[in-house]
Amino acid sequence: MKELLSGNAAIARGAIESGVTVAAAYPGTPSTEILENLALYPGVYAEWSPNEKVAVEVGIGASLGGARTLVAMKHVGVNVAADPLMTFSYIGVNAGFVLVSADDPGMHSSQNEQDNRHYARFAKIPLLEPSDSQEAKDMVGLALDLSERFDTPVMLRTTTRVSHSQSLVEIQDPQPRKLKSYVKDIKKNLMLPTYARPRRVALEKSLAGLKEYSESSPVNRIEWRDRSLGVITSGISYQYVRDVLPDASVLKLGFTNPLPEQMIRSFAAGVQKLIVVEELEPFIEEQVRAMGLALAVKGFIPYTGELDPGILAAALVKAGIIHSTGGIAKAGYDLAESPAVPARPPVLCPGCSHRGVFYALRQLKLNVSGDIGCYTLGGLPPLEAMDSNICMGASIGVAHGIGKANPALDARTVAVIGDSTFLHSGITGLLDVVYNKGNATVIILDNRTTAMTGHQQHPGTGRTLAGDPAPAVDLEALVRALGVKRVRVIDPLNLAETEAAIKEELAAKEPSVIIADKPCALLTKAVQPAVRVDAQKCTGCRICTRIGCPAISIKDKLAQVDAAVCTGCNLCLQVCREGALVKGEEKHA
Amino acid sequence: MLKPIDVLMVGVGGQGTILASRVLAQAAQAAGYDIKVSEIHGMAQRGGSVVTQVRLGEKVYSPLIVKGGADILLAFEKLETLRLLSYLKKDGVLIVNDQAIDPVPVLVGAAEYPPNIPEYLRNTVPGTLVFDATEIAGRCGTAKAANVVLLGAMARRLPIERAIWGKALAERVPAKLLEVNRAAFAAGYELG
Repeated sequence: MKELLSGNAAIARGAIESGVTVAAAYPGTPSTEILENLALYPGVYAEWSPNEKVAVEVGIGASLGGARTLVAMKHVGVNVAADPLMTFSYIGVNAGFVLVSADDPGMHSSQNEQDNRHYARFAKIPLLEPSDSQEAKDMVGLALDLSERFDTPVMLRTTTRVSHSQSLVEIQDPQPRKLKSYVKDIKKNLMLPTYARPRRVALEKSLAGLKEYSESSPVNRIEWRDRSLGVITSGISYQYVRDVLPDASVLKLGFTNPLPEQMIRSFAAGVQKLIVVEELEPFIEEQVRAMGLALAVKGFIPYTGELDPGILAAALVKAGIIHSTGGIAKAGYDLAESPAVPARPPVLCPGCSHRGVFYALRQLKLNVSGDIGCYTLGGLPPLEAMDSNICMGASIGVAHGIGKANPALDARTVAVIGDSTFLHSGITGLLDVVYNKGNATVIILDNRTTAMTGHQQHPGTGRTLAGDPAPAVDLEALVRALGVKRVRVIDPLNLAETEAAIKEELAAKEPSVIIADKPCALLTKAVQPAVRVDAQKCTGCRICTRIGCPAISIKDKLAQVDAAVCTGCNLCLQVCREGALVKGEEKHA
Repeated sequence: MLKPIDVLMVGVGGQGTILASRVLAQAAQAAGYDIKVSEIHGMAQRGGSVVTQVRLGEKVYSPLIVKGGADILLAFEKLETLRLLSYLKKDGVLIVNDQAIDPVPVLVGAAEYPPNIPEYLRNTVPGTLVFDATEIAGRCGTAKAANVVLLGAMARRLPIERAIWGKALAERVPAKLLEVNRAAFAAGYELG
């Protein structure tokens, strides 16, 4: 039976069919749906871990404990998990382990577009790159088999267009597996220098075996067609090559670390012109060139941004490989006379609890070090109340560093971080502020969910991935335990309270934490009567538009509130100086 | 081998493009086509543009449609039609919901929502079909079925039998909403 599945749903299905019984992840686009899908199957333990490092450590434990294991994360999550990963390859596995790295070329929902294939080389582990959902499913099983056969963790690397594209997948029955026995083997698993040195040597032996395997792997194959042009490609790029160069011979690589050198050499020898087509970094291209093989053109595809058949066709024309983009990139209609199209940027939702905090920060003209989540949108117009954003948890260390560099900035700098992000990797930053006597003011935007990725549970929500009740961490008690004495909880939609709290805590010569306590508006769906506009009082000053609420607009020079969009959060009332915005009234029967 | 049929669905988060693409995919699969659907998640709930790409044919490789390559552009909102119009091929089918959803730059007065979009579209793309799907859906029972009205209007332009569409709709729409959605689909089908 064939089902239309996204790459992520196919990976979950592949895990079930191959006997995975433990899975861990931290949500992150485009990887999130893997665990959400896995959690739907009975007989699997699937958890949201607080961060990716913990997820991999849980996965190592599960493998040692004898269960086939899948751990999933977005590309930047592997940075967080790199520490355990780099040594996991030394100890190897007991039961099979697959790490899914979901990369995001084009940065649809990410802060960078790093190419995580480099991690597989760096950690010296096998790498699989599916090009559609069927391969994504099949490669989970292959990864687990290889993991056990070669005693190594295996990386399955997808990209957004594999993770979030749906294609037809042949569904098979799950293959239940017995747990393996736990084996105490300190020479293999206890990485002290004495034991790590021989494991380092063993790792190279294992890699040599993998290189040999690569030559005969069923996922590396040559498709001979016209031999005047040969294309080496992997992952989603294969699909683009088939559309743009339907007649070319193709070496399709599904197993890309270590590369099958002999296969590549024989393919190169069989074609007149050889090129490599890949998205992002020249990962395969540089290795092919290091083999001493001549490429007809090098570096002809942009290293930045997402690839698509149109970009590929244009690049091939520019490089002289084909003469016209012909069947691919066609000229559509002449749109020279098209009206200007205003942008439609994503915005904080109506009723969003973050809006009050960012409006207050903007009013106070503060330096704001930001973090990763929905609230990063607070940095966009019209709020523009965030100065920097780097990675999960960075806001607190950055604010601390700014204050240490220039104490004059201390009283003007705040860190803003969400609850899920704080629990992911903000705790240690705050510990540093306390320990090293910083004065940072940290605002935890506590909306009790991982909102940006679609409302996943976390250790503060009181529920697990499976939906079961769980202990919810007490943020206030947690930050007090770290040594923060000034902790206060505010209602972020009360503007006066929010501004006063920020001013007072900035003035204090010690670390302080403000917990902005309000559940995500999308979760509570708590809609109060919509705000009304008193047209007699509205002067058309537009100050209400500065909060960036999608319910508020200016029509005929006066404020207007869309009652269908307004949630009645009443933040705009507090901004209007004329009293022209009026709290909606309960409808009486 | 026949070239795949490329369908681009564009709109704004919350307009039901996802459900429409699910029904289309279901129908295409039932009709025996290979199919790929690509969509970008993440910003949809936050009022951003939503683009779903559907390709169906004997064999589909790339999940992405190229500029100037879409056989059908189904637009749930007028402004988004303009944003993605470069993807429509010459002689392609353009179906547009006559609905405007102001983006924030327009709401705050920093930009103007272009007037007369339907007129521009009709002049640029011969045969453009523009209608108020929300109003038609309302007459069928709920304005929320505007997405299914649009789907119905497009259905006629695809080589998939009417009966298959009906089955796909039944499989993808909750039972209690099926009747109103059947009516919405039929109303759209008449227009297409």
